[in-house]
Amino acid sequence: MSQRVIKEILSQEEIAPKHFKMVIDAPEIVEGAKPGQFLHLKWVDNIGGDPLLRRPISINDMDKDSGELSIIYRVLGRGTELLSRLSKGDKVDIMGPIGKGFSIPKEARKVVVVGGGMGIAPLYPIVKELLNKDREITLFLGGADEGQLLNLKDYEEMDLELKTSTVDGSHGYKGFVTDLLEEALDGADYIYTCGPEGMMEVVQEKAKKLGVKGEASLEERMGCGTGACLSCVCKIKVGTKDDWEYKKTCTQGPIFPVEEVIFNG
Amino acid sequence: MAKVNLEVDLNGLKLQNPVTTASGTFGFGPEYYQYVDLNRLGGVMVKGTTLNPKQGNATPRIAETPSGMLNAIGLQNPGVDHFLKKILPEIRDYKFETIVNISGNEVEDYAKLASKLNVEGVGALEINISCPNVKKGGLAFGTQPEMAASVVQAVRVETDLPLITKLSPNVADITEIARAVEEAGTDVISLINTLLGMKIDINSQKPILANKMGGLSGPAIKPVAIRMVYQVAQAVQVPLIGMGGISNADDAIEFFLAGASAISVGTANFVNPEVTMEILDGIEEYLVEKGYRDINDIIGKAIEKKNNIV
Repeated sequence: MSQRVIKEILSQEEIAPKHFKMVIDAPEIVEGAKPGQFLHLKWVDNIGGDPLLRRPISINDMDKDSGELSIIYRVLGRGTELLSRLSKGDKVDIMGPIGKGFSIPKEARKVVVVGGGMGIAPLYPIVKELLNKDREITLFLGGADEGQLLNLKDYEEMDLELKTSTVDGSHGYKGFVTDLLEEALDGADYIYTCGPEGMMEVVQEKAKKLGVKGEASLEERMGCGTGACLSCVCKIKVGTKDDWEYKKTCTQGPIFPVEEVIFNG
Repeated sequence: MAKVNLEVDLNGLKLQNPVTTASGTFGFGPEYYQYVDLNRLGGVMVKGTTLNPKQGNATPRIAETPSGMLNAIGLQNPGVDHFLKKILPEIRDYKFETIVNISGNEVEDYAKLASKLNVEGVGALEINISCPNVKKGGLAFGTQPEMAASVVQAVRVETDLPLITKLSPNVADITEIARAVEEAGTDVISLINTLLGMKIDINSQKPILANKMGGLSGPAIKPVAIRMVYQVAQAVQVPLIGMGGISNADDAIEFFLAGASAISVGTANFVNPEVTMEILDGIEEYLVEKGYRDINDIIGKAIEKKNNIV
């Protein structure tokens, strides 16, 4: 059940250049939220409706006991720029939690998780949940530099196999995260991925080759966040042939079976 | 709170209150059930419906602009048969009037749609005349008085349902189109549809929308919409449904004063999914505060009465 609430910011900090982490006190949202869901969020004082629209931002972490949740986002335009100027005590207008979350099939004993850049942000809750359920995890994180490897410190303390890559070589393997994948995928029985479409397309291809199914979290320009406006549609395969249909990233996603997504469509 | 009358009668189309939702911004209604008491709405103009299912345009379909947004969805919808079979049964028991927005590319499309939709549970039809007429090289029906009238006439023959004709603002003289569709038999006129616009990404040096051009909506277009409602209110006798950038009760009241008998909320639903309820409450508060007992008492108040009319 999604709802709209106006909530106080508990803290906000720049965790890497242009990357901000905001902690919000929102027990009503946290209560029903599942890994992979997102918030549709806006600042309260957009006088005159500028900037007009909400921003879809994934939940990076949530604590059912304290009712706190956090988001991590990158400043890309005026909307996120204005969000980044808010601080403790300011309020944000939240719709959420929105979308279908990730699922954890019984047969997914040995899983591979692949995150790239901002796509790492929505993966933290599902990794925690997978660990709670005693699944064996190999986690791949890729970014331009070490700063983009979100939640790196947290992951380093977790009981999982962590593999990192950076384009500039500042952490882990120098190059793309997808270069490292094949070995881990061999023998895996499920995959979770989020990141740039180019990256996910390679993940899809490699997973398909080895017959590994899984889930991808998508991002699209979004309007309403309720499934009404049909702005955020993505191409999803239907049937066995090359048929596809537009599905709504907001309410029918943002999680889709990775093998069914038509990337860069 | 003192009770005020909010019911409006649009030439036979009775709405329990004048707050409706604009086509394309509210789905079929249930999309908003988590945020809105749907039974409190006056009417829902459902997603633009065509004879056959439509996939719509490629993405990106949306772009944000100063105090507004551009959209080029391309009328993605499941088609009229699916609407009748699957969707109408789900929404017909709500207290709002179900107003089906119909679109076509030939006059015959509209006529066939009207004929199929002549069923119980449909409260009215809203004719979207902003669509391209394939027989006239893609010129929008709503840009020429004769073409606009031909659509309304074709629909009028097929149905006794109240007809609302939705005008395009992308014309030189909107009163000319308004008179033509009134003459052709529309019961109500709704205005305005979106203004044609465009946005270019200076880094990729290409238009942002896959469709290149799109419809501008949101607070940015409200002054244009108010002006057009004000002009059309004085040009025709039929009641008007005003829309274009309504974001709060004050905006809605401006439309009533300009001559609209009801209003539609569009893009604001994206910004605040609860906005229709806030607008409804705000209209009532305004009336009470100003000492009115009836919404109908403020309709067209901003229009100066001519000397020869009592």
